[in-house]
Amino acid sequence: MTLLDNPAAGHFLPLEPGHSSPGRIEKLLRAGEFTVTAELSPPDSSDPEEVFEKARIFDGSVDAINATDGSGANCHMSSVAVCAILRRANYSAIMQVSCRDRNRIAIQGDVLGAAAIGVASILCLTGDGVQAGDHPQAKPVFDLESITLLSMLRKMRDESQFQSGRKITKPPRVFLGAAANPFMPPLDFRPMRLAKKIEAGAQFIQTQYCFDVERLKQFMARVCDMGLHQKAYILVGVGPLASARAAEWIRQHVPGVHIPDSIVGRLAGSTNQKQEGKKICIEMIQQVREMAGVSGVHVMAYRQEELVAEIIQESRVLGGRTPWYPGIDKSKSAERQQEPIQQ
Amino acid sequence: MYSVRRWASRHARFFEAFYNGFEAMLASLHPLFRRIGYARIDKPVAAVEKMVKGFLFDTRMCGSCTLGATGMVCPMNCPKSMRNGPCGGVRSNGHCEVKPEMPCVWVDAYAGSRLMRDGDRIRGIQTMVDHRLQGSSSWMREVRRKKGVPEIGDAPG
Repeated sequence: MTLLDNPAAGHFLPLEPGHSSPGRIEKLLRAGEFTVTAELSPPDSSDPEEVFEKARIFDGSVDAINATDGSGANCHMSSVAVCAILRRANYSAIMQVSCRDRNRIAIQGDVLGAAAIGVASILCLTGDGVQAGDHPQAKPVFDLESITLLSMLRKMRDESQFQSGRKITKPPRVFLGAAANPFMPPLDFRPMRLAKKIEAGAQFIQTQYCFDVERLKQFMARVCDMGLHQKAYILVGVGPLASARAAEWIRQHVPGVHIPDSIVGRLAGSTNQKQEGKKICIEMIQQVREMAGVSGVHVMAYRQEELVAEIIQESRVLGGRTPWYPGIDKSKSAERQQEPIQQ
Repeated sequence: MYSVRRWASRHARFFEAFYNGFEAMLASLHPLFRRIGYARIDKPVAAVEKMVKGFLFDTRMCGSCTLGATGMVCPMNCPKSMRNGPCGGVRSNGHCEVKPEMPCVWVDAYAGSRLMRDGDRIRGIQTMVDHRLQGSSSWMREVRRKKGVPEIGDAPG
């Protein structure tokens, strides 16, 4: 299958007819594979090796890596730079773009540059407010928001034009994504908002952390009624909670994350809370996998990245498929060479 | 705090009907505006508009007014300037992530839209703001659009 083929570093996978991008994620989703993405938190460092270290943790368990863009309004290495480093090793990178720090001129420049280095997927976000991060005194930009950002990037790709109307000689071949939060009010409006994002150009969706399956079920039922699952691939956000205390902290400090009391209670009542958090995450993935309209999961395991491989393996959502990673070809040929010796 | 604008959103249906009548009245003044000159009339009208809409809706005079499509709630009061719906940071009590004491502009906007005759306009996509229009009159822009009057300067309509 072409999905596993790996061109030499610096080269791109072929752009298939009808596809928006040459990216692995678009190919997998269109092929109907249950897809796994994970979030990489960029380092507070100028050392590229730190990016590779963080990426290697996910080897063999995820199909693409999201490079966050100043997540939580905290300063880190930029998402475009993290993507550039990941592309050196041919990782599939999903570049997150937030509207908090850059205006339309800066964002369009970044997107052209990103496409030039082989970034094939872009997640369009509004971004957290500056009050949430380590520089609350900064000027919030918000020239655009997620939906206007989506429509701007779609225009760049499909009409080969900047927002100004000026011509782009080679348009960025990118698969466009957006976020969704099915768990926070106004709940009735959330599916409509998703419809707007899809209308504006979103082709894949990565949701906020899901800790409340019932609320997700209600949302997905509405989404399926509206036929939205046929217009965009929905990846549900999941992640392990380290402890009941961590869950409480997230509830109070991280905007938009809904954790029901039952989950916090289950963690608090456990003798090994970290293990229980991982178990909850695996159960969540398995329940989400069975839900109509869901195309994959997006794992956000902040400061617990080392658990991602076990979580994906134990949840058995990949059904024996091994996502491509740098060196997979080498390890396969090594296996092949060992076989005759064993016989 | 925020009591007047929240009251206005609870009476979105009344303000929707009122504005429709008001806009028709303004449009009927087209011959007068033409005689005075649209360029000359914009500033004084904008001053009145700012006072009225500022009192009722806390509007920010972005120049691309969407009140009719956003439940009679000014989306520019959102700290992130969200013009197409709520962000993912809304708190479980329906308050704003950035200003915890403020009810989310979009929670109110959606509730307001449910009261309006044309409330489903909230499903439509609002294009990005043209920041050059800041401070100009949206009322006059609507009249000019209806009457086919070319835009002032190079600012698009």
